[in-house]
Formats: sequence, C-alpha cells, structure tokens
Amino acid sequence: MRVGFLHSLIRKDEKLLIAELRGRSDVELVFLDDRKLVFDFRNVPDVDVVLERCINHSRAMHALRLFEGAGLDCVNRYEVSRRCGDKILTAASLQECGVPQPEARVAFTEESALEAIEELGYPVVLKPAVGSWGRLLSKINDRHAAETVLEHKAILGSYHHSIFFVQKYIEKGGRDIRAFVVGDDCVAAIYRSSKHWITNTARGGTASNCPVTSEIGELSLRAAAAMGGGVVAVDLLERGGELLVNEVNYTMEFRNSIEATGVNIPERIASYVLSPDRAADR
Amino acid sequence: MPECPVCGAEPTISDDPVEGELLECEECGVELEILALDPITLGEAPDAEEDWGE
Repeated sequence: MRVGFLHSLIRKDEKLLIAELRGRSDVELVFLDDRKLVFDFRNVPDVDVVLERCINHSRAMHALRLFEGAGLDCVNRYEVSRRCGDKILTAASLQECGVPQPEARVAFTEESALEAIEELGYPVVLKPAVGSWGRLLSKINDRHAAETVLEHKAILGSYHHSIFFVQKYIEKGGRDIRAFVVGDDCVAAIYRSSKHWITNTARGGTASNCPVTSEIGELSLRAAAAMGGGVVAVDLLERGGELLVNEVNYTMEFRNSIEATGVNIPERIASYVLSPDRAADR
Repeated sequence: MPECPVCGAEPTISDDPVEGELLECEECGVELEILALDPITLGEAPDAEEDWGE
C-alpha cells in the first residue's frame, strides 16, 4: 500500500508515525510536503491513502478538500478538519449531536460580544475560532477586561479575530482530560495538569494517565462522531460529576502521552490508516 | 557534519533523518529544520504561524 504522508515540519509525533509505517512490510511511504505541492484540481499523487499531519490548519483543510475531490482516501477526512479546525463549527456540530459542552456564544461586533459576555456571566474565555496550543486565549474576569480585550482584538487583529467565540469559564481544578480516539476506539486518555488555567502540554501542562472509564470513552466517541469520525483527540472538562467536551483536535499530538498511558498511539493510528475495514467504510 | 547556521556548532542528527525534521541545536538552543538529506543541510526552523497547531 502506498501511503501519502502529508506534512510540512516533521516533529517527534510525525517521526513516530513514520517509523511505525516504515516498519510495516506492505507500506511504501510517499512524502507530500505541503510547502512543495501544487494542485491543478485534476491530478493527485499516486497513493492509496493520505495521512494528514500538516502543522498549518489552513493548508491541511484545503489539501484534504482537493485530494478528496480528486477521489483520494484521506485520514482525517476534509469535513473532520473543517469542523475541528474552527471552534465555532466544532461547537455547532457538538450542539447538533447533543454532545455536552461549555455554554458558549458567538458574536460579530464588539458591542454584541460584550452583551454576550455579560449575559454568560464572568469569568468567560474568549477564543479565536482558529488556533491551537492554548494561544490567544483570554480569561476575562470583569467588564473592564472584556472591553479592553474586545477593543484590542477588533483593532489589532485580522478580520477573523472580530468573530468572537465566548465560552463560559469552567473551573476545572487544575486539570482537564485529553482522550485519544482512533476509529471506533477511545484508545487512551491523559490528565493534563497545570497551576495555570491553560493546561495544554504545549504551555507546560504535565501529562499523566487517565483511566478510560465508560463515561470518558462513550463521550469521546460521541464527540468524534459529531466531527465525522477518524483520528481525533477530545479535550474534556470535569464539572462536578459531569464531563463537557471543550475541543476536538484532528491532527492530534501524542508524543507526551505514550509513556504516560503505556499505549502505542502511533501504532494504533497506523493500523487504522491501513485497515481495509476503514477504507471499505469510506 | 552539518553545522548550525546560527552558531556553527554540530548538532546531533538522528539515525533516520527526514526532510523537514525539527531538531534543536544543543549549543545555542535554536530550533533547526533539516532542509536536505544529501548532504544534510540545516536551516533555522520557521516561526509559528497563526493557524499552527493540532
């Protein structure tokens, strides 16, 4: 099987996937560097499946659309990238599928955003629709901070920073949960712990094993299904006795979670990509 | 041995290098990218862009 490996920069996560795929006797790996690709809307690489591992969301999403449009089998699918890569589309998809999430509002002007924030009640979290690794998140504790942040975003940011996505802040007790979904299985989960309210491991949060309870597994699979399935990492918040889906990531990073969980996540991803059952279901 | 384009040190290259691979210069700490394999050529890795992530 010829596997197209869609990428730009190769991080440890990609190296682990490459090693896993190279270790399979029936795999020929074809590197597709998004910085060198030119699409003509007709011709596609001579591969059987594309595994997307781009670092840029916009490149990943558009490349997947063009590859799928030309008939290529892709992991993840374009629609999954579209829904996961935009937090507003993620929230809409979760809502439509009845998946619990923090209460949220979307507004398009500073005035309506302020109104939405006041209605939700402080504190809230203002997030860019597109972005990752906990960057440009603002926890807003009062009206003065809200006015300042909204003005800065509207004046200093590019146009999409004036599409305001506001979530009710969830007091998560210094940790959240990241669950790794591969196809029909929630294969592992970690707690991400930090003294900071942002618990992303990219921002210094530490990973430790989180047993995959039936509740975590079932909710993660529901969230993944709401995005369109595939290989995704589901971020969960604990509120009292319930779990809420915060975000879903479609080019998931797992390098810090293999040792913590004891699960060979790249092996699971490679097996899923190569699975004849998955290809038959597309 | 390939040199760090910033400080001239010789960073450690993995046994199975690939184009685009990120590594860190142990001497100056700068993040580097493998630009070519034959011979191995290093350049400074690009800065993070707004839509980078998972």
